[in-house]
Amino acid sequence: MQFKDVKRQAVTQWEAAQNSSRPRILIGMGTCGIAAGAGDILETLEQELEKAGIQAEIIKVGCIGLCYAEPLIEIVKPGKPGVFYGNLQPELIPEIVKDHLVGDKPRSDLALGARSEIALEGIPKLFDLPVLKPQVRIALRNCGNIDPADIHHYIANGGYDGLSRALKMKPQEVIDEVKKSGLRGRGGAGFPTGLKWQFCHDAPGKTKYIICNADEGDPGAFMDRALLEGDPHAVLEGFLIGAYAIGAADGYIYIRAEYPLAIQRLKTALQQMRECGLLGERIMGSGFNFDIKIKEGAGAFVCGEETAMIASIEGNRGMPRPRPPFPAQSGLWGKPTNINNVETWGNVSAILQRGADWYAGYGTEKSKGTKTFSLVGKVERTGLIEVPMGITLREIIYGIGGGIADGKSFKAVQTGGPSGGCIPASLLDTPVDYESLTAAGAIMGSGGMVVMDEGTCMVDVARYFLTFTQAESCGKCIMCRLGTKQMLDILEDITNGRGKDGDIELLLELGQAVKDGSLCALGGTAPNPVLTTIRYFRDEYEAHISERRCPALSCKAMLTYRIDPERCQGCGICARACPAEAIRGGKREVHVIDQSKCTRCGTCLSVCPSKFGAVVVTAREEAAVA
Amino acid sequence: MGISQPTKAPEIIRERDEILSSQINEILELYRGERSELIPILQEVQQRLGYLPEAGLKRIARYIDLPESTVFGVATFYAQFKLVPTGRNMIRVCRGTGCYVRGASQILETLERELGIKAGETTSDLEYTLETVACFGSCALAPVVVVNDRVYGRMTTEKAQKILANKKEK
Repeated sequence: MQFKDVKRQAVTQWEAAQNSSRPRILIGMGTCGIAAGAGDILETLEQELEKAGIQAEIIKVGCIGLCYAEPLIEIVKPGKPGVFYGNLQPELIPEIVKDHLVGDKPRSDLALGARSEIALEGIPKLFDLPVLKPQVRIALRNCGNIDPADIHHYIANGGYDGLSRALKMKPQEVIDEVKKSGLRGRGGAGFPTGLKWQFCHDAPGKTKYIICNADEGDPGAFMDRALLEGDPHAVLEGFLIGAYAIGAADGYIYIRAEYPLAIQRLKTALQQMRECGLLGERIMGSGFNFDIKIKEGAGAFVCGEETAMIASIEGNRGMPRPRPPFPAQSGLWGKPTNINNVETWGNVSAILQRGADWYAGYGTEKSKGTKTFSLVGKVERTGLIEVPMGITLREIIYGIGGGIADGKSFKAVQTGGPSGGCIPASLLDTPVDYESLTAAGAIMGSGGMVVMDEGTCMVDVARYFLTFTQAESCGKCIMCRLGTKQMLDILEDITNGRGKDGDIELLLELGQAVKDGSLCALGGTAPNPVLTTIRYFRDEYEAHISERRCPALSCKAMLTYRIDPERCQGCGICARACPAEAIRGGKREVHVIDQSKCTRCGTCLSVCPSKFGAVVVTAREEAAVA
Repeated sequence: MGISQPTKAPEIIRERDEILSSQINEILELYRGERSELIPILQEVQQRLGYLPEAGLKRIARYIDLPESTVFGVATFYAQFKLVPTGRNMIRVCRGTGCYVRGASQILETLERELGIKAGETTSDLEYTLETVACFGSCALAPVVVVNDRVYGRMTTEKAQKILANKKEK
């Protein structure tokens, strides 16, 4: 079957579904949605629909990004705009079915928003909500709107039109188009994508390989998982366009084994591409032949580095090697190889569908287009977001994210994962672009954005990231292997109340040495979280070292838990919960914590009924035991 | 990534290894024995048997014609591979940044206390293995714990205790 026939069929099916007399219910069934309880919602929904005798089409969609409101459904009645309901509990489903589906009254008290041009019967416009208004969805354009397990949904929404266009162009023209769009690698470093392709295209040799980096390893980042789960074809179409441009006939998708649903979606997608003539020989009737293999990662963060990833695909330990030669000259099995990450490919398909000029209309002079972020941590509205480059951190955290959760105050935002840094409140107006974030001591990174509040200890944050990089160092370079270990030891001393004068200076010196003495970006950036926290939060380090005090009341060795005798009601809940049996007190008597037994686990604080609030934490009074 | 000690007597493990190596032969028949197939083979064995028995690693080395040291090197490089049997239930606590700032360490401490083991260890009845994982990518629901294949989000120490209690009842 020719592509134009596949497309006609897809469009007909899609339009028939839109104009169907049956209601449609879209339910977010990404990993996050399922974890939040979407499975129970789906089950209850099916039961209630059957009870009410309603024939509805249920579509399992990917993540629309409103993670804070999961589980989430959208109800679309014939001829009406879709209405979103979030934070669902199974108990609410019978009410919603009765009022909205049997009756015709959307529940404005429960609805989040409506996909309409104007507010609908007391329900706000979805895209006017503060969480969505500043967003521009390019890579995530279809997430939450289409069934990711049905290629026809993607095709009906303009999918594979970009590939069709590319195949009518010369490979060099495709590369020029991507150059013109200004797209830069979304994996973190921000190298211009078109230029990278040019190197591989120009490299001599007939056999070339192309790799999709789906080894999203940064802790605190899940953009690529959500995109693969919600719209795998957006990535695959871009991947095919890249393969055509550089002249590769074989491609590999290197994906983390921790993402089983994304792997399943990819397998389904590849099967359907094959059935539609979009994979294999003579794609879309052209002379372009291309096939894709999925390689599952086996749990090594360093494999996100290009040369380590290549070693891993070849069946070796994933250890980086010196560059040059760059993969574009000598990569997989010694052949020219091009690697881009998931989000980059998702942008490429959009660029070829809608044109480089359209894409370059978003963003700043040097950072074009949009960037996805996973906005997590101590922020009111966590989620998967996509914003135009140039937006400020403040607009993201306070606009989209709704500010800091639980009425606390902002302390720092961490971007770039273990390679990045912590940006303080004074720099909240920094625009999000590659150069500005680097100047602030952080990096764009792949898109993890973790918000920290007054209760987060910045020394402990540095220790946390060093624990990660130290464990993930492949061991090849001495400075990375041993230097990070020394840095971690010092940070553990400081957070345990054993810090010494000169520790900060030693950390700075070691940090520079690790940066200079490491072959790849893992070691080269590992000291960043330490260096930026010292740069912006040196006072916290000094308080730990010279006063044995953790200003955030987070480092356990420097805390004391006490029970306020004025507030204690003698209920005994804390005494029963204490795992160390450190709390004494009879019924209706004031309870006391035995400091010699207390392990400072915080259980008493979390179980003490909030109306009493009798357990208090203070900085430790006596000097910490060394 | 640390390798915990086998919790059963060595001879029982050895006996089981022999039965397992015939299962490994079945797996190997699905592969041509190319160098690039090493990691997929190890993954398949890990998936089906729950760990990589020593005899199996030697068998794989012969099949692909690689030194045993190379196979051992790869098997110990990646966090996914285990050289000792794991418990029937795998409890994995996410230590990603999102989970970290929302109190993952308290969740881990609670589970360690309840199970009487440390992260990376298996209970003596081979019922539970407790592990930490770099990041599950469900950060918006932090803190996250995965029990077998089920993801539990927005965890609290009380919820962690409840999940264990429910498991133990069954």
